[in-house]
Amino acid sequence: MLTVKNLSVNYVDLKVVNNLNLTLADDEILMLVGPTGCGKTSILKALAGLVPISEGEINLGNWRATPKNQIPPEKRNLGMVFQDFALFPHLSVEQNIGFRLKNYEPVNRWIERLGLGALRDKKPNTLSGGQKQRVALARTLAHQPSFILLDEPLSNLDAALKDDLRWEIRQALKAAGVPAIWVTHDQEEALSVGDRIGILRDGKLEQLDTPENCYSQPVNRFVARFLGEASFLPGRLASDLTVSTIIGDTKAFPINGAEHEVDVLLRPDDLKLRADQTGKCEVVWARYEGSARLYAVKTEDGQILKVRSRHENRVAPGQKVNLNISTTHPLAAFQR
Amino acid sequence: MTRWPRSYPFALIIALIALIPVAVLATLATDSADMFDSRNLQVLNNTLLLMLLTAFGSIVIGVPLAILTTYVYLPWRRFWVVLLAAPLALPSYLGAFTFYAAFGPGGELETISGITTPRFNGLIGTAIVMALYTYPFVLLTTRASLASLDAGQVNAARTLGLSLFRSIILVVLPRIKNGIAAGSLLAALYALSDFGTPAIMNFDTFTRVIYVEYNAFGLSQAAMLSLQLMVIVGLVLILESRVKGTQEQPGRHLMLWPGKWQLGLMLASTLPVVLMAIFLPLTIFFLWLWRDGSGNFEITYAWNSAHASILAAIFAVVVALPVAYAAIQGKAGRIMERITYIGFGVPGIVMGTALVYVGLKLPFLYQTLGLLVLAYVLRFLPLAVGTIRSTSEGIDSSLVNAARVLGASPNEAFKRVTLPLTMRGLVAGAALVFLEAMRELPATLLLGPTGFETLATYLWRVYEAGYFGMAAVPGLLLILISGLGLALMFSGEKWNELKQL
Repeated sequence: MLTVKNLSVNYVDLKVVNNLNLTLADDEILMLVGPTGCGKTSILKALAGLVPISEGEINLGNWRATPKNQIPPEKRNLGMVFQDFALFPHLSVEQNIGFRLKNYEPVNRWIERLGLGALRDKKPNTLSGGQKQRVALARTLAHQPSFILLDEPLSNLDAALKDDLRWEIRQALKAAGVPAIWVTHDQEEALSVGDRIGILRDGKLEQLDTPENCYSQPVNRFVARFLGEASFLPGRLASDLTVSTIIGDTKAFPINGAEHEVDVLLRPDDLKLRADQTGKCEVVWARYEGSARLYAVKTEDGQILKVRSRHENRVAPGQKVNLNISTTHPLAAFQR
Repeated sequence: MTRWPRSYPFALIIALIALIPVAVLATLATDSADMFDSRNLQVLNNTLLLMLLTAFGSIVIGVPLAILTTYVYLPWRRFWVVLLAAPLALPSYLGAFTFYAAFGPGGELETISGITTPRFNGLIGTAIVMALYTYPFVLLTTRASLASLDAGQVNAARTLGLSLFRSIILVVLPRIKNGIAAGSLLAALYALSDFGTPAIMNFDTFTRVIYVEYNAFGLSQAAMLSLQLMVIVGLVLILESRVKGTQEQPGRHLMLWPGKWQLGLMLASTLPVVLMAIFLPLTIFFLWLWRDGSGNFEITYAWNSAHASILAAIFAVVVALPVAYAAIQGKAGRIMERITYIGFGVPGIVMGTALVYVGLKLPFLYQTLGLLVLAYVLRFLPLAVGTIRSTSEGIDSSLVNAARVLGASPNEAFKRVTLPLTMRGLVAGAALVFLEAMRELPATLLLGPTGFETLATYLWRVYEAGYFGMAAVPGLLLILISGLGLALMFSGEKWNELKQL
C-alpha cells in the first residue's frame, strides 16, 4: 500500500505541490488530472525520487522517503512510463524490456501479452507511437515494480489509438496487480480508466473520489467545469432538498451545506429539449457531433444552458423549444 | 541544485590553456621594433583583397549550385551534393600545388597538349584556387536556407506573372541572404588563415609573410604580424556571429522538374568546377605517379603523420569530454566551451609561431612531438567538443531517469545508457581531429621536431625544391585521407539530414 502524507515540493521558492495526502490500495489505479502547470508531473517525479521533496513523507511499506531521507529512484522499486516513452535507442525491443533482468521469463510473458513478438529485435526508432508505448509499458511491468507511475502515457499518440490503448494499459495493470498513479490532462481518459480520480489545481488536490462521484458531485465549480461541459442554473432549495428552477423542480444534492439560493449543476445530458412553437426557450446555436447534437439554449430570463440531444432531433437556431430536467439522480447544488 | 558541476574545474583549466597562444603573442609582439610599416600595409592590402575575392568567388559558384541541388529534381541527387561538396574536404594547398605545376609556360598542361596556358599565381590565381575549395561552405549554408523556404511565395509570384528566373531573384534570394552571408564569411575566414595556398602561389598575405619572418629569425616580428592577422580574424568572427538564421516558418520547398535537355545543360554547367577542383589535382598526381614513381618518398612520413595525429585525436577527445559536458550543464560552462573555440579561429601558422615561443621558454617541450600534438589539440579541439556535445545533447534526460527508476544506480545508468549513446560522438570527434591533423601544414612545418617529416611537410619540401613529380604518393595519400573525411562528414546524422532534403 502506498501512503503519501502532507507532501510538498518546492522549486526554489515556488510551491508546485502543496500538502498532498493520498493512499493507494493494492491494485488500484488512481488518475491525477488537472490543467497544464497544476503540478501533476511534479508529483510523479517526487514519488519517483527524481526531484527532492521539501515536506511530508512517501511510504511504500519497505521504504519511507522524507525531506531528510531522500531515497534515490533506483532504491524505490517503482516503475515509470514516460510521456516520450524514453526507450533506449541503442537497445532492441527485447533488450529494452529486459534492461536489468537476468531472468527473461517476465520479458517473454509481457512481449507475448502485449503482442510485441514480431518486434523483438527491432530498434525503438523503427517503431510506431503505439508500439513504443507498448514496449515502454512492457519494460516497466517486466521489472515487477511494487507500484507504477504513468506520465501522460497517451499524449503523444493519435486520437484513434488512444481509446484502445488506454484499455489495454488498464487491463495490463490489473493483470499485473500493482497500484498505479496515472497522470493525464484528458478528463475523458481520467473518467474512463481510473478506479479513483484526483483533480489538481495549483499543486493542491481539490477532490479525490470515484469518477462517478467527482463527475456528479464535484466539490466546487472548478472541478465541475474541468470534468466536462457544465451549466449552472439558479434555483431555490427547499428543506426537503427539492430545488425549484425556471424550467422545473428536481431533487438536489447540496455541496458544502449549500442552502436557499443555489446554482444547480446541469450536464448537457441532464436536460431534454423539444421543439415547440409556444416554448419559452430559444436555441442559440446547434453543433452536430455525429451521434448527438449539442445545443445552446437561452431560457426566458437569459440563462444559457447546454443540452445534448439525439442526432435525429434536429432544431434550427432561432426556433422556440421547451426545456425540462430529465435526469432522475439528485443534482449538485452550489451556494450562489 | 546550486552545486558546481564536476566537469567545471576541468573545463576551466582547458579553457585557460586554450588562451595561451593569444597571451604569448601579445607578450611577444611588444618586443617588436616596428608596429606598422609600408610593407605591412601592402600585406594587409593583399590579405583583404584575397579575402574579398574569395568570398565573392565562393558566392558566384556556391549559390547557383545550391539552387540547382536543392530545387531541381536531379537523378542521384545525393551523389551530386556529395561530389559538389567534396572540395571542402580537400586542403586547398593540394589544389594550389597542382595548379601551380599544371599551368603556365613549361607546366604539365603544356607538356601534355602543347598549348601554353597562362600562369596561375598572384592575387587572381590564389583567389581562384581559394574560391574553388571554399564555395562548398556557401553551397551547404545556402542549401540549408533554401530547403526551409516554403514554395508558396515563389508560386504566388509566378501566378502573378513573374518568370521563374525573376521570381528566384526577387522572391528567393532576399530571403536566403543570411545563409549566403554565413557561408561566404566562412570562406573569408579560410582565406585569411590558410597558409599553403598563398605560399605556393607566391602571394604575400599575412600567413606567408609570417612564415618568411619566422625563417629569418624575426620571431617577434612574426608575432606582431600574427596579432594583426588575429584582429582581422576576430572582426570576421564577430561579423559571423551577427548573422542570424531565417525566422521563417519552415515549409515544403520548391521542386522543379526540368526536361532532359535542360537537366543535361544544368549538370554540364557544374562540370568546370568539378574538373578544376577534383579532376585536375587527381590527374596530375596520377600522372606524376606514372612518370616518376614514388620518388624518394619513405613510408615513415605517413607513419609520422599518423602517429602525431592519433595522439592528437586521443588527447582531443579526452580533453573535449569535460568541456562538452560543462557546456551542457550551464551558462558558465558554455562560456568555457566558447573559449576553447578560440583555437579554431587561430590560423595554423599563428598557432605555430606562438607555440614555438612556448618551446623556447620551456626547454623540456622544445622540439618535442608533445608540442606539435598540443598545437593540433588546441586547433582542432572544437571539432571534438562540437560532435561530443551534439550527441550528448541528443540524449534525452528522461532516458537516464528511466534507467534510474528501473533500478540502475547513477554509475550504471552512465555506463549502460549515457556512454554507449555518446560513443558515436566520441569516435566521430576523434576521427575528425585525426583527419584534420593528418593534413595540417603550417603548424607542422614550424613545430615538427628536426627530421620529423610528415605527408604535408614532405609535400612542402618537394615544392621548395621544385621536384614536383615526387609529390605523387603523399599527394594521393592526402586526397585519400580527405575522402575519408568527406565520408565521415556525410555519415550519420548529416547523412540523414541530406536524405530529407
